[in-house]
Amino acid sequence: MTSRDAILAAVRSNQPASAQPIPAIPLYERTSPSLLDKFRETLMSMGGKFAPAPDASGLDGLVHSLFPDAAVICSATPEVRGTRRLDASADPATLADVDVGIVRAAFGVAETGSVWLSEEELRVNALAYLAQHLVVLLDPTHIVGNLHQAYRDVRFKTARYAVLVTGPSATADIEGVLIHGAQGVRSLTVALVPL
Amino acid sequence: MKPVDHAEASSHFIEAKAHLEFHDRRLWDLRVKRDREAHGIPEWEELRNLASAIKEHTLSHLTDYLEEFEAQAKNNGAHVHWARDASEHNQIVYDILSAHGAKTLVKSKSMLTEECDMRPFLETRDVEVIETDLGERIQQLDNEPPSHIVVPAVHKLRGDVSAVFSRTIGSEPGNNDPSYLAEAMRRNTRPYFLSAEAGMTGANFAIAETGSFVVCTNEGNADLSANVPKLHIACIGIEKIIPKIEHLGVFIRMLSRSALGSPITQYTSHFRAPRPGTELHIVLVDNGRSQRLGMKDFWTSLKCIRCGACMNTCPVYRRSGGLSYGATYSGPIGIIIDPAFDIRKYSNLPYASTLNGSCTDVCPVKINIHDQIYKWRQVMAERNQLPLVKKEAIRIIGKVMSEPRLYRAAISATGLAIEHLPRFAIYNWLNPWGRQREVPEPPKQSFRSWYLENRGRQ
Repeated sequence: MTSRDAILAAVRSNQPASAQPIPAIPLYERTSPSLLDKFRETLMSMGGKFAPAPDASGLDGLVHSLFPDAAVICSATPEVRGTRRLDASADPATLADVDVGIVRAAFGVAETGSVWLSEEELRVNALAYLAQHLVVLLDPTHIVGNLHQAYRDVRFKTARYAVLVTGPSATADIEGVLIHGAQGVRSLTVALVPL
Repeated sequence: MKPVDHAEASSHFIEAKAHLEFHDRRLWDLRVKRDREAHGIPEWEELRNLASAIKEHTLSHLTDYLEEFEAQAKNNGAHVHWARDASEHNQIVYDILSAHGAKTLVKSKSMLTEECDMRPFLETRDVEVIETDLGERIQQLDNEPPSHIVVPAVHKLRGDVSAVFSRTIGSEPGNNDPSYLAEAMRRNTRPYFLSAEAGMTGANFAIAETGSFVVCTNEGNADLSANVPKLHIACIGIEKIIPKIEHLGVFIRMLSRSALGSPITQYTSHFRAPRPGTELHIVLVDNGRSQRLGMKDFWTSLKCIRCGACMNTCPVYRRSGGLSYGATYSGPIGIIIDPAFDIRKYSNLPYASTLNGSCTDVCPVKINIHDQIYKWRQVMAERNQLPLVKKEAIRIIGKVMSEPRLYRAAISATGLAIEHLPRFAIYNWLNPWGRQREVPEPPKQSFRSWYLENRGRQ
């Protein structure tokens, strides 16, 4: 008998008989506070920042003003030119020297302050982790209330890789001291830019 | 094999005063933060009921859901392997690595690979394994297992971490600044992410409907492990299955709130299919789970989502440290899981509890943890696994309690004894209870004699 069949046989003979049906999951929708306010409040509590509105210098100007010392700016969205073209077929490790990565999120989640990214938005998934800093563009009208609503999005079923990103990488593994910039990005800045 | 002596191991933990005090405070702080988050969600109790129902449904139909998960995962282009036990799991992982000529493995934290003792197995076969979670890396470099399932190095103070890092990764000796130490670890780890041939993650949830799995982390290390190398191996216990994507909402809303008191982890990552040009291997591991599923009193422990809330709230865990349990899983959840792996070795663990029920109250999937701890005590007594002192004490208590006359005599004798006996007769090795505490002053009168005096004749 293969291990697969042995495990399935053991599970079949031991699994308890239960009449427990599969429960329906409510959406728990709320009307207040405003989705954008809640999103802003929670993301900031998770260490995220918000960029000021872009001026005449546009999004490239905004990124330069946020990170004046950045040598390599690499954008996954055509809305920002950056300093290096992102090659979707390149080895992810070649992004190791990126100072600032830029990506547009598909949507945000107010309850948790998260932004939704997949290979479609990132083009190279590692961009969101190897870069020192990440700037995320988000349409302020593309925010859902909570995770129940977020998980109804069909893209969870079609994306190869999908991630809810909530602030920069963080650790509190040494005496509970919170440190931003564990293994991934040191900062995450959301720019509210309508699509 | 000699059973783990939790009480003896704890006595060493307790001796280190500064460590004990910090450990107790830090974990209670997590409990307080958990409460704040839970109370902020009006439907919290409903979510716990839903989570429990989803898990009970899934576990009682686990065969079907495992088959569905496998079919979907294969459909997505993943390779699916099945491991009956720890050694088969380790062999499968090694075979995948050697087929790809992989000599370095970057991995994120996984209690399952700890359970399987995978690291030494691979290391003796010349595979370098790099733990990339900060706490787990500290423990790896110090040759210690994790002491907590969420915060692996919570029993160490900054000076301990500094000593480990200066000895192993060349950080500046005596520099105890946590930011500096975390940065030293980041700089040491980054080159491994860039050059490792393989990456490994565990999984918090595996979804039957899509054949995908979810990893919840804060440091970004799991996403680097999975998204940089060309080979991703995911090791998943068979109890991690849930039926549908929509069920994730219930669990993700509660996991990090219960664990750390944050609304969500920084990264909640969903892996469905390999990136073009790379391979994804999923290893489904039994290692005693199918057997536990058949244990009438204990199968619901398989609902556990490994948040650690029961550990943070447990007065015994907070004051004894995870390593004193001598097992992969410590704290209340460990007490009810470990004996299923080895009843003799872990026969003393069910006594590392006050049965206060706080673990059950905070459990996001409503496992009746303290009931199961009590039931394991019964199993230990039935299987003759009690230590002699306990066995004799229980025999005498049983006799005294079953005979009212004896009981009354004992009560009045105890009062007299506490009042009149010299200290050494009360505070000695036969009474471990009195080691850190004062025996309370006996009441002037027993309830029975008060009742007879005041009401008895009415």
